[in-house]
This record gives sequence, C-alpha cells and structure tokens, in this order.
Amino acid sequence: MAGLELLSDQGYRLDGRKPSELRKVQARMGIFTRADGSAYIEQGNTKALAVVYGPHEVRGSRSKTLHDRAVINCQYSMATFSTAERKRRPHGDRKSSEMSLHLKQTFEAAILTQLYPRSQIDIYVKILQSDGGNYSACVNAATLAVIDAGIPIRDYVCACSAGFVEDTPLVDLCHAEETGSGTAVALALLPRGGQIALLQMDARLHQDHLDPVMEAAMTACRSLGQVLDGVVRQHLQEVSILTGE
Amino acid sequence: MKETPLSNCERQFLLKAIEEKKRLDGRQTYDYRNIKITFGTDYGCCIVDIGKTRVLAQVSCELVAPKDSRPTEGILFFNLELSSMASPAFESNRQSELLVKLNRLLERCLRNSKCIDTESLCVVAGEKVWQIRVDIHVLNHDGNIMDAASIAAITALSHFRRPDVGIQGEEVTVYALEERDPIPLSVYHMPICVSFSFFQQGTYLLVDPCEREERVMDGLLVIAMNKHREICCIQSSGGIMLLKEQVLRCSKIASVKVTEITELINKALENDRKVRKDGGKFGFAESMPKERITALKTEVAPVEMTDIEEKAKEIISCYPVSENVSSPVVCAPGTGQVGEGLQNSWGLEEVDALEDDVGEEREEQDMREQLEEESRNAEKGDVVVISDSEEEDVVILHEGTQRRRRRKKQVI
Repeated sequence: MAGLELLSDQGYRLDGRKPSELRKVQARMGIFTRADGSAYIEQGNTKALAVVYGPHEVRGSRSKTLHDRAVINCQYSMATFSTAERKRRPHGDRKSSEMSLHLKQTFEAAILTQLYPRSQIDIYVKILQSDGGNYSACVNAATLAVIDAGIPIRDYVCACSAGFVEDTPLVDLCHAEETGSGTAVALALLPRGGQIALLQMDARLHQDHLDPVMEAAMTACRSLGQVLDGVVRQHLQEVSILTGE
Repeated sequence: MKETPLSNCERQFLLKAIEEKKRLDGRQTYDYRNIKITFGTDYGCCIVDIGKTRVLAQVSCELVAPKDSRPTEGILFFNLELSSMASPAFESNRQSELLVKLNRLLERCLRNSKCIDTESLCVVAGEKVWQIRVDIHVLNHDGNIMDAASIAAITALSHFRRPDVGIQGEEVTVYALEERDPIPLSVYHMPICVSFSFFQQGTYLLVDPCEREERVMDGLLVIAMNKHREICCIQSSGGIMLLKEQVLRCSKIASVKVTEITELINKALENDRKVRKDGGKFGFAESMPKERITALKTEVAPVEMTDIEEKAKEIISCYPVSENVSSPVVCAPGTGQVGEGLQNSWGLEEVDALEDDVGEEREEQDMREQLEEESRNAEKGDVVVISDSEEEDVVILHEGTQRRRRRKKQVI
C-alpha cells in the first residue's frame, strides 16, 4: 500500500471525504420478529447486525446470577464472507473474545442493570461486511437494538474510530486507512455527559497528539449520536402509524 | 477453586483509606512498588518482581515458513499463562476473561507497535523466517500482572540472542552457539504498560494496584508508552466512565513512570552484560539471596506513629463514656455472639436433644439470672464471665444437672 496516499494535498482522503467527515450511515430497527430487539446499521461499506434478547432468566450456569443487577452477555462474530479473505474461524478466537469483552464492558456501563436483578441480557452482534470501524458499527447497532428491545439505558452509546495522518486527525476510518496509517483509536461515548465508556488505541501515537485525536473522535461520536436519535424517532413514528396510535 | 469473597468491612476499609489518600502498604497514589529484574543463565530468560507479583518470561526462536500475507517478515508470538501456581483462583484449563484480556493487550502493545524489527528476522524470503516466541508465566499474583508481564516481555526480548545464520546459495546453515556468537534482536523501542485503577466511579485513581486494591476497583485503564513519549496502546476496561481530562492526565503520569522503568531495565541489562563479560556468576540462583526463609518472612512495614497518642486521646474524648456497670456480664470464648453487634447469644451447645429451642433460651436466661444473682450476692465489682466451662464454679456435676432439672420443672 505504499503508493496510496491516505491524505492528499488538497486534504481529501481515499474515498473523497474530508478528514472530519463521517461515512454515510443508514440504519433500521426491528428487523427480526423473534428477538426482543434488533437493528441493522451500515456505515459506509461496513455492515453490522445486532440482536438483543432479554431481560430473561439466567441461562446456563446459575452461578453467574448477580443478586443486585443484570448480567450482560455479549457475543461478537464476523461472517466468514465479511473480509477480503475468507475467515476460517468466525468466533472463538482471541480477537472475537476480546471484542465480546469490550462490548460487554461498554454496555454494562450504559444499561441500567440495577433495574433487573437476577436476570440476563444477551447482545449478539454479527459483522456482515467489514470495511474498517468494526467495533464502532457493532456498538452503534447494539445501541439501536437495545433501544428497540425497550431496555432502559443512560444515553445513546455512540462509537467512532479515529486516526492520525500527517498532523491531521482522521475520523471514521475505512479498512485501508486502518491498516495503512497504523494509529487507530476506537472510542465509545455517551454524548450528553461526555463520558467515555471505552477507549482503545493501537499503534504508536505521540502523547501530544492524543488530545486532538480524542477530541475529533468525540465530536464525531456526538454527530453520530444525533443521527441515531433521528433513526429512533423515525422508527417510532412509523411504528405508531402502523399500530394506529 | 473459587476465590474467597472479600468481606464488606475489608472493602469499606480499603475504599475509605483510598478516599483519605492512604494505601495498604503506605505508598503514595502515584508510586510503584519495588521493581526487581533478574536474568537466568540462558539468553532471553528473565524474572520481574513488582512488589510480590512475580512473572517469568522466556524467549525462544525457531525457523518456520512465513505468513502468506507477509513473506519477508518474521513472526512474533506471545503467550501468557495463568497457572494455579500464581493464585488458587486461576484454573489452568479454562480460558478465562482475564487471560484473553492480558494476552490481547500484550499482543497489541508489543506486536502492533512494531518494537522489534521483524524484517531482520527474514532468512529466505517466502520460505524461512525466524519465529520468535515469548512465553510468559505468572508465578505469583499480587496485583498488576499486566505491567509485570510487559516489562518481563520487553526485557526478555532485549536480552535474547538468536543463533547466527549463514546462507550459501540455496543452503541455510544455522550455527550453534559454540561456533558463532549469537546475535541480539533489534529492538526499536521499549513499550511499557502502566496500569491505573479507578475507584468510586472515577473519583480516585491509583497507580499499580495491589491484589486487594484490584478487587475493590471499579475499572482499569492501561496505557502503554515508550520513553520517547509515544503512546503504543491504550485500553480501558471494567465499565467505568472516563472523562477526556482524566485520560490525558493519566498519560502524563504514565510518561514519567515509563522513563523511570526504562532506565531500570537498561541498568539491569547493562549489569547482566558486564557480569557475563567478566566471567562472573549469573543466573537466578545467584540473584536469590541465600540463607533466607522466604516463606516465613514478612517485610517490615513502616507505620506512622508521630502523633498517635494525641489522635487516640481525641478519639476517646469524642465518644461518650460508657456507664460503669458494677458487674458487667462478659461472654468468654466458647460462648458465641451471633448477629451484627446485637446481644444475641447462642443456646448452650451441650444441651440435651430432648429440650426445645424455647426451653433452651429460657433456661439460658435463667442461668444468666442465676449467675447474676450469685454475683450480686457475691462480691460487687467482679466481672462475671458467662462461659460454657464450669471450671470456675465449684459445682458437683449431678447437683448442677439436678438444679437445672428443677429449673426446667419450674418452667414447664
């Protein structure tokens, strides 16, 4: 990838976006009837599906039951056809386990688990097409699915990835930018309070550049939050028209 | 084996102490415990101690075929193991969350930051490259395994020497250690992880949590940096909400700590190199001090005693003076008091099976009344001890049981 310029002289990226521009977001809620909540999101070419079951009784080992709050169980998997080369192990490998843990941690912070003691909330996320920003798409899809399921949460959880190329922070990285630039920051934010639910960074970044990158990611998360809010309100409108309320 | 749960009073004690900026071992908020680095006899083997947490890292190498996507680069493989030796809570067969987290963090911190030059590990492009494998074993868990593991890994990698290779046409010869001196790996920079633990929803933060502090913490933030102030990896875990300012402040603290630790590593490497060159003795056996029974020794912990008398007097004067009871009733060991601070007491255990619970209680009360009567009749100011043992009383056994039986008849 040596010839590909991640940021051209005029300030345009590989796909023609400006550094602080997000990819096009399209989302749908309530796509599956069996699940309590479901959502589908497309961020550029990255497509993610999220399904929520719960709150229900703790399945499997009873020992996991917590007496004062709900247990959140997340599973992250990628479809074998989601990447350029066929993925041999869709789930169970270390990267998927790590992603599942991160999702669990993010939603434990956001969902009001105190309202459902001794129960379990399952969140299953699947990546159908991976073009960078896997974690962010998962989190956004899962937020919509949780709202669709009617589980109370503190605030929308919006996630976005950010990078740093030639002294400019780039926002919402695609696959080529993620592998090429090296620096990739994934940030999950609760927009109203400005609280960071999860912060993850890979590869080298000088300490002085941390502030602008984080700031750019947080601004992007806030705009994503507005988009998600619009999606939820529109869905609610459609549902209320259909049910005749 | 399931870990013994932390009791409520211990948890409250720890949290309260943290609020007053005091730690269990007397450290300051941003202090690390004592870090000790020792090397083994072979190249690439080192043990790192942070306080009592002990981690062993061993580096080995092998010639393998490279990955298809990167034919000219060597392979770095990290493996961290939590055995039951480190803590009874670790079960060796299950892949626990902690194991996945530590392994992934180590991989991201050391592999993605490109601290080792993998291109120099290529022998024959597309066919043979060196695979460097770092195995890390946790020997003793007293908190903050992540930092110890990262220090151990990077120190072992810097200490390691791989065998020299000679290529003649199509033939590749790997020279043994005796034939040619082994070559060190080219380490670009040393990424070191620094762990910050958060308490009370992010209000208080501590660097280098020990095992007890880890149990009461809300969440953990790990920042991996090198001495050139480049951040190699950040990971927040545990479901805490952070603010941007907190993250930036932590990164500043981390840069200071990392510089200190990198100096320590370099000094340790230098010492070891000197000892090997001068032909002195080296290895683990040498670095462990002799004639010391490690199992029975507890380190002397300094306790601040400067104004303890005034403080004690203040506390005593604050609380209301309890009344002086002429003959206080004290329960000796052997008689239990059940319940949170209430005056419950168990029924006497040597009671016959025939009696009811109700009968038991009443009988016990009667016994107590009887004893109190006795004490009042006896000398005043004596402390009356209620205990199972009847040693103090000069009572002939069957007379006592007769008395009891008489009492029972009265009750019933």
